[in-house]
Amino acid sequence: MNKVKKLPLKDIFFGIISFSASFLVLTLIFSVIVVLYKESSLAIHKFGIINFIFTEEWDPVKQVFGAAAPLFGTVVITILSLTLAVPVALGIAIFLSEVSPHILKTPVGIAIEMLAAIPSIIYGMWGLFTLAPIMSEYIEPAIQKTLGQIPLIGKLFEGTPQGIDLFTASVVLSIMIIPFIASISRDSLNLTPDLMKESAYALGATKWDVIKDVMIPYAKLGIYGGIVLALGRALGETMAVAFVLGNRHEITTSLFDAAATITVTLANEFTEADSDIYLSSLFYLALILFVLSFIILAVAKLFLLKVERGYSR
Amino acid sequence: MKKITAGVIAAGLLSVAVAGETINGAGATFPFPVYAAWAYKYYKETGIKLNYQSIGSGGGVRQIKNRTVDFGASDAPLPPEKLKEYKLYQFPAIIGGVVPVVNIPGVKSGKLKLDSKAVCYIYLGKIKYWDNEYLKKINPEINLPHKEIQVVHRADGSGTTAIFTTYLSGACPEWKEKVGSGKAVKWPVGIGGKGNEGVANYVKRLKYSIGYVEFAYAKQNRLTHTLLKNPAGNFVEPSIETFKAAGATANFDPKKDFYLWMVNAPGKKAWPIAGASFILEAQEKTEVNKKVNRFFKWAFEKGDKIAERLDYVPLPDELKQKIYQYWKEKGIHP
Repeated sequence: MNKVKKLPLKDIFFGIISFSASFLVLTLIFSVIVVLYKESSLAIHKFGIINFIFTEEWDPVKQVFGAAAPLFGTVVITILSLTLAVPVALGIAIFLSEVSPHILKTPVGIAIEMLAAIPSIIYGMWGLFTLAPIMSEYIEPAIQKTLGQIPLIGKLFEGTPQGIDLFTASVVLSIMIIPFIASISRDSLNLTPDLMKESAYALGATKWDVIKDVMIPYAKLGIYGGIVLALGRALGETMAVAFVLGNRHEITTSLFDAAATITVTLANEFTEADSDIYLSSLFYLALILFVLSFIILAVAKLFLLKVERGYSR
Repeated sequence: MKKITAGVIAAGLLSVAVAGETINGAGATFPFPVYAAWAYKYYKETGIKLNYQSIGSGGGVRQIKNRTVDFGASDAPLPPEKLKEYKLYQFPAIIGGVVPVVNIPGVKSGKLKLDSKAVCYIYLGKIKYWDNEYLKKINPEINLPHKEIQVVHRADGSGTTAIFTTYLSGACPEWKEKVGSGKAVKWPVGIGGKGNEGVANYVKRLKYSIGYVEFAYAKQNRLTHTLLKNPAGNFVEPSIETFKAAGATANFDPKKDFYLWMVNAPGKKAWPIAGASFILEAQEKTEVNKKVNRFFKWAFEKGDKIAERLDYVPLPDELKQKIYQYWKEKGIHP
């Protein structure tokens, strides 16, 4: 009897706790927006929205600020690193779930997850001390000799290869996001019912057919989810990129030029921003990044919902 | 946020008040090692603790402006108008300097000669190759290669950059007009490293590069430094002696709250890119200031050796006397 009486109270109590926990998240997000807006209002009034986004100038001496260069850097690095990471990560996921011999599955799987556990500053140091020299001495000159010779595409690979540029930063970042895409994709590929795979094999499908026509369509949602997660990580990554990007407030046509991203600019310049408009512009940058990530993730979520609906039909 | 910070600091102060006397300071990162070394010795002698948070000059100014610390520290001096506006006192505490460092295979430390025009044109992107006629003319004995100059600067705002760009602005009208001076500027060319260590790493990593770092950092890491031509017309080596020469000939004026950039000092042996790091105090807190000044008086009297061991340059005696006088006038002499 006693037990039955107590249960509802417990339930109510539990309900309140879980409600306030989730409410806390909403409050936090809302307060972050409010603070960012309040702190950046000075810069919003002075530079406007469109003007700020499309101004490349970033001059702390003349106190003229624009977000175009770091915004450009953020977007380019995110797209490039995803382009590099997705094929590799999918390859890893397919190998682990279907192709790999059983003994290899666990060690390789653990190794991939370990990649995700390495702190980003270590990636940055590795990028600067190990990857950057390799890039500037071997990989980038090689790319210039081959891809760089093609008329239009060659523009992307101009300049002296320094190893501290958009390209190196994207490679480091892609290595950081591979584990996210790979492990989530592997898990969803593994969820493909054996019955479906076996039926396909029974119909005479090869391994490639099964992967292409049964497993990938089945795991599509999970794969997209992994990519969205990686996208979020790539947008916000700071330390690893700060080491190998060169921190240059300029829009460049070449991937072998130094650039800046929003997060790196914030990390570099926040402590010494002494004038009010400078500090406010930095807050403005943060607000833009916040809105940008919000929009991208919202679009990705909408897209996922659509795929889900189409799938359930 | 401010309230929370203030609350945390207040809580910290309370707990400290029980434990013993403490001085709280915050600001520039450049003098942090020497302030920390002084604080350690001072604590051993007097039992008074000094908490110094090296959060950057900008942060130091902001904190003393909001009166959340006992003193602020800044690598860049505040002009007298600003001090009046924020109701602050200011005096220098230690001298340091900025040194150009290069990475050209075959060129050893102290061999490459540069003058202000060369440094300025390199950083403006007007001199693009190491075998430029102008560089060859001042370095007839070095065989400079036909390689592109890789320019490295600081990416984060810093006092080092402020001193370096003030030097360029003073010596090179074109720089003043196009770029100007400050803790962060719009660099015409080059890539940016974070902190002295970031610049040093880029310079070490990139062949045919040039960068600028704190003297102490360059010396301790044995970077390849250059010689610089000073306004007196001599090529000088960066060393404690040439910094002292710069300090001795720089004319600090207590009436302007010691507002002075020590660049392009006129002395024969003076290193042209030197600068003092400053202490800022709240005008209304007489007792607190006396406590802080007691520490700095002790440091001025007994801390020179510690400073030199850490490759910092102590203030010349004459300047110390001026500071004591300044304290007496303001009624904050310990």
